[in-house]
Amino acid sequence: MELAIGIILGCCALGAGICMGIGAIGPGIGEGNAVSKACEAIGRQPESKGAVTSTMIMGCAISETTGIYALVIAILLIFVAPITMVNALKNAIGL
Amino acid sequence: MNNKTRRFVAVDVLLILLMVLPLVAGMVLKILFTPPSEGISITGAQVYFTIPMPLQNLPISEAQVNSALVVLTILGICLYLTHGVRAGVTTRRQQLAEWIVEKLDGMVKESMGDYFTAFPPFIAAILALSALSSLLSLLGLFAPTSDVNIVAGWAVLVFILITYYKLKGGFLNYAKSFTEPIAVMLPLNILGEVATPVSMAFRHYGNVLSGSVIAVLIASALAGLSNLVLGWLPGVLGDFPLLRIGIPAVLSMYFDIFSGCMQAYIFAMLTMLNISGAFPRDLFEERKRRKMEKKAQKAAQEV
Repeated sequence: MELAIGIILGCCALGAGICMGIGAIGPGIGEGNAVSKACEAIGRQPESKGAVTSTMIMGCAISETTGIYALVIAILLIFVAPITMVNALKNAIGL
Repeated sequence: MNNKTRRFVAVDVLLILLMVLPLVAGMVLKILFTPPSEGISITGAQVYFTIPMPLQNLPISEAQVNSALVVLTILGICLYLTHGVRAGVTTRRQQLAEWIVEKLDGMVKESMGDYFTAFPPFIAAILALSALSSLLSLLGLFAPTSDVNIVAGWAVLVFILITYYKLKGGFLNYAKSFTEPIAVMLPLNILGEVATPVSMAFRHYGNVLSGSVIAVLIASALAGLSNLVLGWLPGVLGDFPLLRIGIPAVLSMYFDIFSGCMQAYIFAMLTMLNISGAFPRDLFEERKRRKMEKKAQKAAQEV
């Protein structure tokens, strides 16, 4: 019983870490691309700084979405999944 | 004249109280109802009490209470700024109110076009509610925006508005837009339609919540660090986490203030873009024209 609970807790923590780590790669690359292009645009046309900056922030927020999904899954894995899974295990055994 | 000014000041004081008292009430509630805990823990919104309902019990949680208090505060701010507004008077308060209104009008007109002239109040409400809710964590209260239910409520509201404006092009056109490139895309299109509010809610909630989680993690890490580094100090100084003073505040500048205001702006901006993007202007105008023609024909026949 203790071993099973330990495996559940460990896998939840491991899953949360892997989820966040891999999930952060995509948004990182995407936002880096967006910001680099925005910097180029501002360098070429300094007078359009305001419009470029606000558009860039919007784009960053939207490309961040997948990272936020990974974050939500990680939070669920840390705070919600262990309790429900341990309860399900206890029910299955009949404790 | 003197009597009138005295009344003016009295109303002002009342309105300032309306601004401040909800926040104080939130703090008092927090102090009264938070159970004593050892060290630092990350918990969701605390449930004050539950109301029994036929289908499912309705829990009244910290998030709901705090967002209601934020609404009261915003009401106080609005009434205070517009108190004594008259044409031709240039008090500083009136200039601030006019500046806010003009900025919002310009912002909405710039990103939504000139059909949506009635939208600035709605956008202003979303902006103020979201920004002040996120900033509530500066007072040590539970920020309502780090509870997904609150933000999901706003997102559902926006979704209803999007669907309403899509339906303005006629129901058949709305139904047809789901099978747009080919009919096989129907499930994917429905999924994409539902994904808009879900992604809006999760974006805002995830950003605010991740900020508070990181703040708590850093505070606990700093406590451990100061125990390790400054533990040799005698007496109370050794037990007290000295490194926790001031350092989390620098991070709070980003996670609480900048991120909160940014997310409010992004939520309002996405609301505007989604709603104005959903409105099929040419279809709506064609439908209107056809209706007018039909009416004219009927009128001609009756004559």
